[in-house]
Amino acid sequence: MKRLPVVLFLAWVSLLFYSSIWLFISGFLLMRIELNNQSSCAEPPSSAAYKGFQQQQDYCWFPHKFEKAVIVIIDALKHDFAKYDPANTNPKQFQNKLEIIHRLTQSHPKHARLYPFQADPPTTTMQRIKGMTTGSLPTFVDVGSNFASYAIQEDNLIHQLVHNGKKVVFMGDDTWDGLFPQKFHKSYFFPSFNVKDLHTVDDGILRHLYPTMDGDDWDIVIAHFLGVDHCGHKHGPDHPETAKKLAQMNDMLSSLIEHLDDQTLLVVAGDHGMTDTGDHGGDSEKEVNAALFLYSKTPLFGNELEKDPEAVPQVNLVPSLAFLLGIPIPYSNLGAIIEDLFYSTHTKASAYQINALQVDRFLHSYSLAAGDLPAEKLKHLKDLFSSVTEEYEHVISMWSQSSESESHLESQLLKLIHRYQQYLVQARAMCMESWARFHPVRMIAACSILSLCCLLCYLVGEAGPCLKVSYKHLLGYPIFWSLSAALVFGLELWTSIVDLDTASIFGLVSLASQLCFLYYFRKQSSRKNRPHSRSNFLLFSISSIMLFFRCCSLFSDSFVVAEGEVAPFLLISLLTMTVAKLHWDGRLTLLTLPSLGSESLKPSLSPSYKKECPRLLGLLAGLTFCARLSGIFHSCREETPNCQPSTFLTPLSSVQDPQIKNLSYIGCVVSLGIIVYLLRKWLQHYGNLNSSSPIVLYVRWAFPLITLGISCYWALSSGADDSLTRLHDLKKLALVVFPRVIYALAGLGLLLMICNPVTVYMKRTWDSEADNTVTTYCAAPGSEAELLHVIPQIYRKMQRNLKNRLQQGMEDKEEKKTAAVEAYGLGSVYSAAMVVTLTLLALILLMLHSERLTPSFFILLVEAIIILYIHSHVSNLYSAPNGLELFSVPWYAVTAWALAGTQGFYTTGHQPVFPAIHWNSAFVGFQDGHDNNIIPAILVAANTFSSHILFSAGSSLLLLWPFLCETPTIRRKKPKAEQREGKVEEDDTPMMEMRLRENPDKFSVGLLQLGAKFLFIQGVQLLSCVCAAMILRRHLMVWKVFAPKFLFEALGFTVSSIFLCLGIALVLRVDCAVSKWFKNLILHHPR
Amino acid sequence: MDETELRRMSVGHGFGVLAVVLSLCIPPLFLDDFSLLGTHVMWLCVCSAFVIAVNIILLLTLKPNPSYKRTSFGSKVNKFSKSCIYFFISCLVFHAVVFLYGAPLLESVPETFMFSVLLSSFITSRCLFILGPNFHAWVRVFSRDGAMCVWDHSLQITTLGSVLGAWFGAFPIPLDWERPWQVWPISCSLGATMGYAAGLLFGPLWIYWNRKKLTYKNR
Ligand SMILES: [Zn+2]
Ligand SMILES: [Zn+2]
Repeated sequence: MKRLPVVLFLAWVSLLFYSSIWLFISGFLLMRIELNNQSSCAEPPSSAAYKGFQQQQDYCWFPHKFEKAVIVIIDALKHDFAKYDPANTNPKQFQNKLEIIHRLTQSHPKHARLYPFQADPPTTTMQRIKGMTTGSLPTFVDVGSNFASYAIQEDNLIHQLVHNGKKVVFMGDDTWDGLFPQKFHKSYFFPSFNVKDLHTVDDGILRHLYPTMDGDDWDIVIAHFLGVDHCGHKHGPDHPETAKKLAQMNDMLSSLIEHLDDQTLLVVAGDHGMTDTGDHGGDSEKEVNAALFLYSKTPLFGNELEKDPEAVPQVNLVPSLAFLLGIPIPYSNLGAIIEDLFYSTHTKASAYQINALQVDRFLHSYSLAAGDLPAEKLKHLKDLFSSVTEEYEHVISMWSQSSESESHLESQLLKLIHRYQQYLVQARAMCMESWARFHPVRMIAACSILSLCCLLCYLVGEAGPCLKVSYKHLLGYPIFWSLSAALVFGLELWTSIVDLDTASIFGLVSLASQLCFLYYFRKQSSRKNRPHSRSNFLLFSISSIMLFFRCCSLFSDSFVVAEGEVAPFLLISLLTMTVAKLHWDGRLTLLTLPSLGSESLKPSLSPSYKKECPRLLGLLAGLTFCARLSGIFHSCREETPNCQPSTFLTPLSSVQDPQIKNLSYIGCVVSLGIIVYLLRKWLQHYGNLNSSSPIVLYVRWAFPLITLGISCYWALSSGADDSLTRLHDLKKLALVVFPRVIYALAGLGLLLMICNPVTVYMKRTWDSEADNTVTTYCAAPGSEAELLHVIPQIYRKMQRNLKNRLQQGMEDKEEKKTAAVEAYGLGSVYSAAMVVTLTLLALILLMLHSERLTPSFFILLVEAIIILYIHSHVSNLYSAPNGLELFSVPWYAVTAWALAGTQGFYTTGHQPVFPAIHWNSAFVGFQDGHDNNIIPAILVAANTFSSHILFSAGSSLLLLWPFLCETPTIRRKKPKAEQREGKVEEDDTPMMEMRLRENPDKFSVGLLQLGAKFLFIQGVQLLSCVCAAMILRRHLMVWKVFAPKFLFEALGFTVSSIFLCLGIALVLRVDCAVSKWFKNLILHHPR
Repeated sequence: MDETELRRMSVGHGFGVLAVVLSLCIPPLFLDDFSLLGTHVMWLCVCSAFVIAVNIILLLTLKPNPSYKRTSFGSKVNKFSKSCIYFFISCLVFHAVVFLYGAPLLESVPETFMFSVLLSSFITSRCLFILGPNFHAWVRVFSRDGAMCVWDHSLQITTLGSVLGAWFGAFPIPLDWERPWQVWPISCSLGATMGYAAGLLFGPLWIYWNRKKLTYKNR
């Protein structure tokens, strides 16, 4: 029997999936680490330099030029929108609309200037606001200390302004509220979410802008207009609405300029551009090219300026504004100052010097915190910086000694400025290289590897119940090839022939092993053309339709947002259609077709219909009811403003009303108790509870103990804090001790399960009468072959004896001392182990959640059991008498199982966005925080993916359950029941899971195919998430919806595949133990 | 294959489609602010009533169900009352099913109920009209070999059309297009109506094309 290769094969396929996920992440997910350091006036980057300015009062790094500033951000203001071409007689809708800018730049070239403003990708509003305030290059994942909110952790302009005593007034887009909570002196936020709404934000700003500016209560006004961007999204740039909107902006700017005084700087900037369809988010020329307009009533610029200024990188605004307003440059800034604003050579040089010092300081701290910047380039930059600084200090000292002519020194300074500029540009380019570039080649490669993985799973899953390809070909050769490929690439890398990073090497290696697998698989399977039954193919089944819709839904942001409702809808549709098809196929009715016309009006229904149909309908109704009911435990995401998060998500301790508190506490404890009680009842029903094996003792005693522990823990954690101070320490201790004891108990349970998972109660009695003739197989006693032959006989005999005894009743129990071995619970030995393990897992996982989510876990388990029952009824109704079809789990069951898992993610109060993660689960049992990051990561992952864990670990039940529910009545109904005398009796007794032992090869192949099908279903969903993220990377919602969804799906897939392998490994471990048990039985039992 | 029966059925189906069309055309003549989207519940009422009325007329004229021949007045009354009860129960069952598929429980109850009445008039009333209040016959018709005449086939097709239409009608609801027809239950009832109409139109064609394959054991 091949047990190990099954698990190894699944693990290998999972590894292939992981490598493609990794490759995709390396190409798509732009990642960087946030530093928490803050700049401050007291700590300039270098204290030695520019003593010349320090006499000035309120001096901070650099002498400031303006007291006040008005910063107008017009969302998606392209450079094309802002520039004005008088020669253009036939302007498009968006051209030549902002004539005020043109007029000012023409009439006052020293006061006003329009620049192309180069945004860094990703060109989404939130990332751009972050970039324009921190001066850094924000990516999708800025790994900071806090995932739970979008608030900017890094040092930024707003922070510096507020910290240096400026009153910052904000009006406009409410994204700023999330980024800078509680920072503004005064703020007027307007909702930005509705893209269709062109005017709310702009009109709101215009109501407040001029009154605020005329008042005194401000130093900095920031106004963020959204109309132009929304106009682009709704109509596209070349549309009359855009013209209207730009005209409105033009009027706004002209009256704004009238309200300006001499001491105020005006900055008008677009955060990004837009494509011809009005979208943005990517890195194309049109999206990146925004506009920047600077104006003040005092001269800003020097004389000798070219007509068409060069493009200004967006981050360059940050140090320039900082210097102009006299605040320190934010710590993580990578921008360089805008050269034109500093016209004397001396000030320019010193500004550049401070700027470079600050960038150098940041690069140094960053390279200490993270290793993703290339070391060689860092060193090169460091060298460049120190040489320039040395020279600068030399020149400055010569200047102060006035030993050389001024013109010579000035030319030297100009050279230095040029080198500083080079340094700053190179530093920014290096960071951009590693933080802000998509790699389309990698993304496409990852997609193709992922699709090959799915294909591979599909082939294995579809291969039918008689997959006979040897594991040498399935597993051995691909692994050999992948190892050799790894070796080759490793050597090439070592000898530096090729320059590849690890992700791409792993991608190539997995590609090699996939191709090898496909080659051998084709070669092997083409030899024998097995007939297939069409109904088992995925393509011809209902589940393919549901899977298709499911995958399509992942490409629409509204459907991803509504996934919590979409998944149960598809789930119940799938199961309803399955049952309807069962009826359509006549499996339920088995009509006795009447021959007479009068009878045809009242066809008789077979008895199995009367029994099975209400049962199936009842199960279906129960399932849909559970699915609907569990919807009350949902949480919300910010894209659905009307959604009210479920009250069950708040922990008990924050419930004020004591009566509600007590009631919900009781409800939670009761549902917890019911779970444990049902487990006991189930085991009792199948006769597994009588066993004296340690795991049954564990079920009998430790489960109630765990329940008690969890209830006590809840009681303690939800109790009010104003209890006696003397008890306070005790309570704190208990809050730590209870969960840890439960963790330990659970660990003990899992250990027991691995050591001795057989829960069979054996009773030996002595009897001479019963026929002990177990035909012996001619082989060495205890050998595999004999086991195969004898075990079913033993099992049948046991069953027969039991039946006889039951029939004979109580009176002659004394007289007949039957001598067979009676084994209780042998028919459910596999499922018992799985069910116990799953319940244990569920208890641990629900302890990590808020107490009041316990009923949702209960509903989830009930739902899973209902799916199992529906599946086993349907399978048993479809299967032929020999039950061979039962060994391959149909697609619909696996799809339903996966959909239920997805639904469970939402009904346990999760959403695929970072702020919705339940962070406090990291502190269950660890009240005082952690020393390392591993334990909290595990706890949070277990909390987030609990339904993935339960459903993937329990997926092997899909194979086991139909055997468990096998009833003799159904078998007897089959028309082709064998009529031979000897067989009839054997067919009568249900073999249950012992049928699996009859066909060990089919059993292991069945498990393998089940695993492959499960991985296929999950993998296809992952693939569509990946494709959605890749194709829609310019979509408005990519960073808010698709990218987080992809991340959660990828992590969920990883967790699922790990627990799938573990679950199947556990089943095979039980199989091993059962083999051993039988071996002992045969060796010790006299026959 | 009974050609005349098929022809009779096509005419009947034509009237069925006409009923749906008329439910859109006639009410504006009498009601002032009647519109499909604005006063949707009203339209649902009208449409169900029209469909049921046409079905009753067809039942009386075409007599697809031979069991209605030569029955006493008492049994007719009995059958009629039974049919009414069946229809009402089916409305409740559809309401429950629609709720279980995700319709709101407390809000827009009248809309949901009228939607289930519409479904009942598309499905149950046709069942009653073709098969009579005979639940076993209903069960029989909806299986692979259960159809015994062209009417059974047409019933299968229109039922499938209505159910699939209603099911697909649920798909646009989550989208953020903010169109008036995305409101529950408009898209679903429109989908069901379209599926029903399509079933009525294409049913006879489908039966005609497959007339070689369809052999009926009885009649
Ligand atoms: Zn924007
Ligand atoms: Zn936008």
